[in-house]
Amino acid sequence: MKIVVLVKQVPDSGAERNLRADDNTVDRGSANNVINEMDEYAIEEALRIKEAHGGEVTVLTMGPSQATESIRKALSMGPDAAVHVLDDALHGSCAVATSKVLAAAISQLSPDLVICGAESTDGRVQVMPHMISERLGIAALTGARKLTVDGSTLTIERQTEEGYEVVTANTPAVVSVWDTINEPRYPSFKGIMAAKKKPVDTKSLADLGVDPSEVGFDGATSTVLEHAKRPPRQPGTKVTDSGEGGVQLVEFLASEKFV
Amino acid sequence: MAEVLVVVEATGAFGVKKVTLEMLTLARELGEPAAVVLGGPGAVDAMKDKLGEYGAGRIYAAESEELDAYLVAPKAAVLANLVREVQPGFVLLASTQEGKEIAARLAVKLDNGLLTDVVSVDADGVATQAVFAGSTIVKSKVTRGLPIVTLRPNSVTPSPSPTTPQVSTVEVALDDAAKLAKVTDRVAEQKGSRPELTEASIVVSGGRGVGSADNFKLVEELADLLGGAVGASRAAVDSGFYPHQFQVGQTGKTVSPQLYVALGISGAIQHRAGMQTSKTIVAVNKDAEAPIFELADFGVVGDLFKVVPQAAEEIRKRK
Ligand SMILES: Cc1cc2nc3c(=O)[nH]c(=O)nc-3n(C[C@H](O)[C@H](O)[C@H](O)COP(=O)(O)OP(=O)(O)OC[C@H]3O[C@@H](n4cnc5c(N)ncnc54)[C@H](O)[C@@H]3O)c2cc1C
Ligand SMILES: Nc1ncnc2c1ncn2[C@@H]1O[C@H](COP(=O)(O)O)[C@@H](O)[C@H]1O
Repeated sequence: MKIVVLVKQVPDSGAERNLRADDNTVDRGSANNVINEMDEYAIEEALRIKEAHGGEVTVLTMGPSQATESIRKALSMGPDAAVHVLDDALHGSCAVATSKVLAAAISQLSPDLVICGAESTDGRVQVMPHMISERLGIAALTGARKLTVDGSTLTIERQTEEGYEVVTANTPAVVSVWDTINEPRYPSFKGIMAAKKKPVDTKSLADLGVDPSEVGFDGATSTVLEHAKRPPRQPGTKVTDSGEGGVQLVEFLASEKFV
Repeated sequence: MAEVLVVVEATGAFGVKKVTLEMLTLARELGEPAAVVLGGPGAVDAMKDKLGEYGAGRIYAAESEELDAYLVAPKAAVLANLVREVQPGFVLLASTQEGKEIAARLAVKLDNGLLTDVVSVDADGVATQAVFAGSTIVKSKVTRGLPIVTLRPNSVTPSPSPTTPQVSTVEVALDDAAKLAKVTDRVAEQKGSRPELTEASIVVSGGRGVGSADNFKLVEELADLLGGAVGASRAAVDSGFYPHQFQVGQTGKTVSPQLYVALGISGAIQHRAGMQTSKTIVAVNKDAEAPIFELADFGVVGDLFKVVPQAAEEIRKRK
């Protein structure tokens, strides 16, 4: 099975994240950039399918030049190769435009299966798999906590508010995964060494046949007008329990009309 | 005034979701609210009164078994046709998994911008979003097409404005591309009377400090006494204390209730990401230095196994 895994580089969600003052985009320059956590689960799932059914796994990233670090890290887990869509005209792209670029890159690779994270921690939009599915006319199986592959039939358990749904489709398809699906492996020393030699194919917009006017700020379908830091919350009252903590808690709740 | 399409979200167990009523309330400020029901046969009859109560002057009724038989794509296809036909001023959807997925497909079909996780939007289409775990407030605007906006639950206080809706039937004609992902089963796991996590006005969450799955009964008890939903930190979920769909935080649900109660939760940045826009925050933690206290309006430094049962007892007394 030919599998493409979508891997996005994002600013570490454990540190302070900012929007740039000059153009309102995510500040990736000063941030500590990491692989979007959910995408590690996507990589792991792809590797397990390859191990069980054979095939090859290609990592696909659209992002600025520093995204190569994340690509090498992803490769060190075990995928065979990577495609890095890199073009200055991409800066400022909205989700709609990003999906156009990723769809173009995917169709050049003509995979049986595309696996991605359920959402990215910088955008948190959960839109990419369905946008790609819509553009490529392939099935989208999203929000998977379990994926089974039987020949060309894919079946997922999709996590919902009330439980789960069983959803099935034939390849080619795009599947998005939550972090409940598996436990990603750590790259081995051998994996890290091998990753240095794996092919990373850098593609420009011209290589993909996408017009630069359709992406970046020119092609954006929405714009950020302004942004500001939310003032930090002010801590309130803190009491130390000396036998009455529960009662004091309820007194507070009552004063706020919750009880 | 142009119509504002409100894509109705409902669940089998609870009927029309609160976020739908929030969207109708918001829609009244933006134009003429029109509810779009995308569901199986009988869906409109079940929801009509509620939608009318909150000001839906019109209901666009798309009812077909096919809408529920496949994942999301059929709903987006019907909605896209409706948008082309009625040319609304706005399309509002819930910022839930399904709402965002429908919005995603709609945006591509119409080559149109979309804004997700919006907490408010004005008549000019300027939307407010809380990004980076609620630490940054952004004002943004769709610049291509009409505003497609997904509204984060608990952003608007729903208020009734009764009217009698006019029902317009919408044809459901799907091409094969909408029928690629077939839903073969729906399994309810956590049934019960508790409100849904993202919709609840009170959320009581437990963390690693709760210690075991069994001890989560304490968290549930307090939640039930307060009429709230139960949440959990990732450490609690990873330790198998509570199921994943109740995880609050960066990689779980974002909640924004009136009251958030954190029991045995340290308040890591990724946990805060899912709860720091809550109106009032209360914490119980035995470590006086726990970062959760930095955001708590009221904090008790103490053993939750003492504080929580006492609090539960006190609430019972007051009832
Ligand atoms: C990419 C990424 C995404 C993440 N996403 C999430 C997410 O979505 N949600 C999330 O919650 N976390 C998330 N995390 C994990 C997060 O960093 C923390 O590890 C996690 O929130 C800790 O959970 P906790 O507070 O329950 O546990 P701990 O940090 O272990 O805290 C337990 C607390 O309980 C207190 N305690 C112990 N016993 C008692 C007692 N008897 N009485 C009172 N207090 C007691 C302790 O003092 C301590 O403060 C994520 C991490 C990463 C890297
Ligand atoms: N620029 C990108 N490059 C590669 N993959 C991406 C990119 N943006 C989003 N994705 C993938 O789409 C998933 C969902 O992202 P999002 O819709 O942004 O929440 C992520 O987990 C990634 O797998």
